[in-house]
Amino acid sequence: MLEIKNLHARAEDNEILKGVNLQVRPGEIHAIMGPNGSGKSTLSHIIAGREDYEVTEGEILYNGKDLLDMDIEERAAEGVFLAFQYPVEIAGVSNKYFLRTAMNSVRKYHDEAPIKRKEFLALLKENLEKLGMDKVMMDRSVNEDFSGGEKKRNEILQMAMLQPTLAVLDETDSGLDIDALKIVADGVNALRSPERATIVVTHYQRLLDYIVPDHVHVLAGGKIVRSGDKSLAFELEEKGYGFLQEEAVAT
Amino acid sequence: MTSENAMLEEFAQREYEHGFVTEIESDAIEPGLSEDVVRLISSKKNEPEWLLEWRLKAYRHWLTMEEPEWHNVKYPKIDHQASVYYSAPKKKPKLNSLDEVDPILLETYEKLGIPLHEQKVLANVAVDAVFDSVSIATTYRETLEKHGVIFLPFSEAVQEYPELVKKYLGSVIPTSDNYYAALNSAVFSDGSFCFIPKGVRCPMELSTYFRINAENTGQFERTLIVAEEGAYVSYLEGCTAPKRDEHQLHAAVVELVALDDAEIKYSTVQNWYPGDSEGKGGIYNFVTKRGACRGENSKISWTQVETGSAITWKYPSVILQGDNSVGEFYSVAVTANHQQADTGTKMIHIGKNTKSTIISKGISAGVGQNSYRGEVKMMKGATNGRNFSQCDSLLIGDRCGAHTFPYIEVRNTTAKVEHEASTSKVGEDQIYYLRQRGLSTEDAVNMIVNGFCKEVYDVLPMEFALEARKLLNVSLEGSVG
Repeated sequence: MLEIKNLHARAEDNEILKGVNLQVRPGEIHAIMGPNGSGKSTLSHIIAGREDYEVTEGEILYNGKDLLDMDIEERAAEGVFLAFQYPVEIAGVSNKYFLRTAMNSVRKYHDEAPIKRKEFLALLKENLEKLGMDKVMMDRSVNEDFSGGEKKRNEILQMAMLQPTLAVLDETDSGLDIDALKIVADGVNALRSPERATIVVTHYQRLLDYIVPDHVHVLAGGKIVRSGDKSLAFELEEKGYGFLQEEAVAT
Repeated sequence: MTSENAMLEEFAQREYEHGFVTEIESDAIEPGLSEDVVRLISSKKNEPEWLLEWRLKAYRHWLTMEEPEWHNVKYPKIDHQASVYYSAPKKKPKLNSLDEVDPILLETYEKLGIPLHEQKVLANVAVDAVFDSVSIATTYRETLEKHGVIFLPFSEAVQEYPELVKKYLGSVIPTSDNYYAALNSAVFSDGSFCFIPKGVRCPMELSTYFRINAENTGQFERTLIVAEEGAYVSYLEGCTAPKRDEHQLHAAVVELVALDDAEIKYSTVQNWYPGDSEGKGGIYNFVTKRGACRGENSKISWTQVETGSAITWKYPSVILQGDNSVGEFYSVAVTANHQQADTGTKMIHIGKNTKSTIISKGISAGVGQNSYRGEVKMMKGATNGRNFSQCDSLLIGDRCGAHTFPYIEVRNTTAKVEHEASTSKVGEDQIYYLRQRGLSTEDAVNMIVNGFCKEVYDVLPMEFALEARKLLNVSLEGSVG
C-alpha cells in the first residue's frame, strides 16, 4: 500500500530525513519510534503533504501512485489521514459542520452524492458513543477551548468518520491519561481491517500495549536504524534510545 | 511557504459579478453643482417650498465646510463639479403594476437576483428598488397598507405624507452634521420612507436595493424609518453598481427613529463595485447612518456586511436617549485588493440603564486597509449605562493592514465600558489542517473566514445571511485550482 524508498528531505537548510525506506501492506499496523528530533513528525507530515519540507531524493508510492505528486487534499480524498500531534483550532466553525464538509469533500472527489443528514447524524452518534465523547462538543468550534485529551479524541473521531485507508497517528498518545489512551486505542483498533493500514508514530512504548503493532521501526538520525516485531518496543523501553543513536552515527 | 502566500494573494483577487451596465435612456441634468441645480432637482420632483428651503440651507452650509481628512483612507480630492446630480430612467415607471416598468430595468433587477415579481417574492420581502436616482417599484404595497405601514419611495412620501416627512426628516442627522450629510441633504434624489404606526409589527421584511447605473453619477439617496410606540420592523438594504474605470460617489443618509418600546433592525449587504485589482474605479461609499432610540425601552440594531466599494466610510450609530434603550452594531467589513474601509459605530448613551453592544469583524486581503473606528460615550445622565465592544481583525496574506481606533468617553461613574480587540492571520497551519481533511484551499479559506464572521451572520435575517456568506466567498474567490 505504502512504499517509501530512499526518502531524503529537508526543511530550509536542515537535512532531516537521510534515506528512509519503509513498506506498509494492507492490514498492517506499523509503529515508528525514536528519540525527539529523529524526524518522526517530519515523516508523518511528508506523507500528508505539508509544504514546509523539500523532498530532495527518493519517492513514495501509495497504491502504486506517486504520492509526492499529489495535492494535500487529493491525498486526503485518496484515503490518507493524519491525526495531528497539535490539532488546529478553527474559530466559529462547528465541529459538526466541519466533519460533514470534510466527508462531503472526499465524496465529491469520488463523484459521490453528499451524505444525507440523517445518515450523517446516525454515524456521528455511533462514533461519539464509541469514543465516549459528549455530543455537545459537536456544536463547539473545531478544537477551540478543547483540552489536550479532547483534541486527540476529536482527531480519532474524524478518523472514524472519514474511514481512511492509511492512517498516520502522530504522537497521538502525548498528553493523554491512561483512560483516554485506551479509548483512542479502541478507536484505532476498531478501524483495523484487511484493507486498511495504520502507522503509529510515538515516543513511548505504552501506546503499543493497546495498539499492538505488526512491525516496529526505530527512526534515528533521519534513518530507520532498526526494524522488528513488537518485542523491539520492549527492548527500547528497557534500554532507551541511546544505543541506537550510537549505531546510527557509526553507520 | 511562499507558494501558500502566493495562493492567498490570488485569493484576494476578486471577481465582481454585478459589473454590467444597463443601456437605458435617462433624463440626466448637466454635471456640476450650484444653487440652481438644487432648485432644479427640487422642481423636477415637484417638492413643497419648505423642502426646497431645507435643501438650500444644507447647500449653503455645505459650501462653508471642508472635506473631512481625519479618516484613515487615501484618495485624490473629489471634484464635485464633475458629477451629475440627477439621473432618472426616461420612461417614468408606473407604480401600480410591475408590468408597466421598463422591461430592461426588470431584466437588470433579475440579473441582480432581486425578487421584483410579486409571485417570486416567496421570501416575504417587500422591495423598493432605487435605480440611479429614482425609485422604480415598490412591491407589496397593498399588504403593507392594510397594516397601516407606509413604505414608499421618498419622493412620493414627500407628496403623500408631507407632514410626517417634515416632522422627522433631519431630526436625527441635521443638514449641518458633516460634509457628506450636508451634500446629501442638498441634492438627495430619492430613497425610501418607512413608517410603522403604533403597536404594529411589520408583517414582512422591508427591503431596498440600490443600483448606480449611469456614468459619472453620484447617488445620494435618503432613507427615513420611523417606528412608533411598540412598533417593530426589520429592514434590509442591498447595493450594486456596474464596473467603471472612474470612481463614483455614493453619499447616502439613513435616519432611524424608534419611539417607546419600538424596535428597528437594519441590515445591509453592501456590494458596490470595489474597483479592479489595480485599484482603478470603484465606488466611494461615504455614508451617514444614525438611529435615535428616542423612547424608553426602544432598540435599534445595525448589522452590516461590507464587501464592496473602493472606499467605505461609514459609522452607523445609535443615540440612546430613552431610558433602558438598547443599541447594537454588528459588522463584517472586507477589504481586498486596493479597497480601503474606515468603518465603525458611535454609541451615545444619554438615558439611564442604556445598553450597547459592538461586534466588529474586519477582514483584510491583498493590499486592503481596514480600520475600525468606534466611539462610546456615556453622558452624565447615563446611570448604569453598559457597553461591550469587541473588534476582531483577520488578515489574509502579509501585505494588508488592520487598524483599530476606539474612542471612549465616560462621564457617569456608574457606567461600564468594556473593549476587547484581537488580530489574527489566516494560518497556513489551519489551511493545511483543513486540506488534510479533504477541503480545497479555497474551501478552507472560506470556512475560516466564515467562521470568523459567525457572530455577525447569526444576527442577520436568514435570507441575508446566506447571501452574505455567498458574497464573502465570491469576494475572496481566486483562480486557485
